[in-house]
Amino acid sequence: MRLPCPICGERDIREFYYQGADVALNRPAPDAGDDAWQDYVYLRDNQPGEHRDLWQHESGCGSWIVVSRNTVTHEVSGAKLAKEIKRTKA
Amino acid sequence: MRFSGLRVLKEGLTGNKGWTPHWRNPEPKAEYDVIIIGGGGHGLATAHYLASVHGITNVAVLEKGYLGGGNVGRNTTIVRANYGLPGNSEFYSHSLKLWEGLEEDLNYNVMHSQRGIINLFNSDGSRDAAARRGNQMASQGDDAQLLDTAALRKMLPYLDFDQTRFPIYGGLYHPRGGTARHDAVAWGFARAADQRGVDLIQQCEVTGIDVVDGVVKGVQTTRGPIRAKKIGITAAGRSSEVAAMAGMRLPIESHVLQAFVTEGLKPMIDTVITYEAGHFYISQSDKGGLVFGGSLDLYSSYASRGNLPMAEHVIESACTLMPAITKAKVLRSWGGIMDMSADGSPIIDKTHVDGLYVNCGWCYGGFKATPGSGHVFAHLMATDYPHPVATKHRLDRFRTGVGIMDEEASGSQHNLH
Repeated sequence: MRLPCPICGERDIREFYYQGADVALNRPAPDAGDDAWQDYVYLRDNQPGEHRDLWQHESGCGSWIVVSRNTVTHEVSGAKLAKEIKRTKA
Repeated sequence: MRFSGLRVLKEGLTGNKGWTPHWRNPEPKAEYDVIIIGGGGHGLATAHYLASVHGITNVAVLEKGYLGGGNVGRNTTIVRANYGLPGNSEFYSHSLKLWEGLEEDLNYNVMHSQRGIINLFNSDGSRDAAARRGNQMASQGDDAQLLDTAALRKMLPYLDFDQTRFPIYGGLYHPRGGTARHDAVAWGFARAADQRGVDLIQQCEVTGIDVVDGVVKGVQTTRGPIRAKKIGITAAGRSSEVAAMAGMRLPIESHVLQAFVTEGLKPMIDTVITYEAGHFYISQSDKGGLVFGGSLDLYSSYASRGNLPMAEHVIESACTLMPAITKAKVLRSWGGIMDMSADGSPIIDKTHVDGLYVNCGWCYGGFKATPGSGHVFAHLMATDYPHPVATKHRLDRFRTGVGIMDEEASGSQHNLH
């Protein structure tokens, strides 16, 4: 599997660190309550098929990126910088 | 039909014409007392113990593929009870005791072999951790011995003890650990459940769970609707998909774990070896193949196959630990879908829906739990109270934060357990 880093181009998966589903971009407020924090820290949709997850280009530019890929076929359809997504709420 | 030595002899002398199928292939009925979703090891074990311990025989196990075609047919067959935390410790101890009587209970040869497990350590720190783990196992009533390199060299002369990268400092030996024949475990539970009247329904995919006013009523399947008073989900890597049919999100991420087997070799490894520094473990099957594996591929996946980087890493670890293996040819590799829970420990609990129960989050350690999981899940479903050794596997521990069982202290990241 190769991932398209928006800065470095397509690179081997070994250069990346995997964090998990992209829920990490939506951190609730500290006082949002147990349910919101359970959703954020623990619960996952985890359905097969199209999926967005958060990776860091650890051995490259160091950027955090959101990768769109299919968890059934391992097909990667794109990647965006996490900070861009955060800024534009895309 | 009961299996016995006499029967094998008699059939052998009369052309093996008297053997009958292990189980029936029934049509689904309109209603059952209990439906189990998922005909893998845990589902079949649950059905067996519902029937044998609790006398509940109006049960159907629904399987979308074929019996034992999921993770129970795709693992590396290791059986052990070497957990440290309260909750897991007593549960796996319970499960190992069930393994020790399983063949008599099922009247089936599951080829359970207590050939021992040796966890190698490669630093002073990991020796301390192994000593502590051994004490935890001993205080649970299970067995553990700390071995130095002199003892290890006698038992495992083919390891590269003095390698420069991760020299071997010793090992934690768990003599009652070992392996079992994975397919036979599924078949044995299936046959035993079937003999008590449980319907094992294959090629029957659940497509919906019917809930009315917070009470479960039945399921929709590719072979029509089936009503039930109680439903248990034992769907391993597919748990999130099934639970979503009842409006639930689980603390689970599904990940791929690869395993490998070499061509058949003469007897070499008579135990199970784990190599901590390399994230690697190996044993030898009764057919002679070296069976080995390592870490998850580490990204979420439903693909049942992995990528080359982890295959390469695992084989590098193998060559580092036991250079003789470089002569062996890998025969095949495969991947299974692991239901990685957020704290690395399983969930065996009721849900917010009356009559709906969930049993998931086994990560990559579900095989050794098979009898224990079925036994305590059957208890929960039959009595509505958790079995005494499974009181801590609660679903609400993630909401309250009370009773999180993070065996490796790696935090709430699903792929790190």
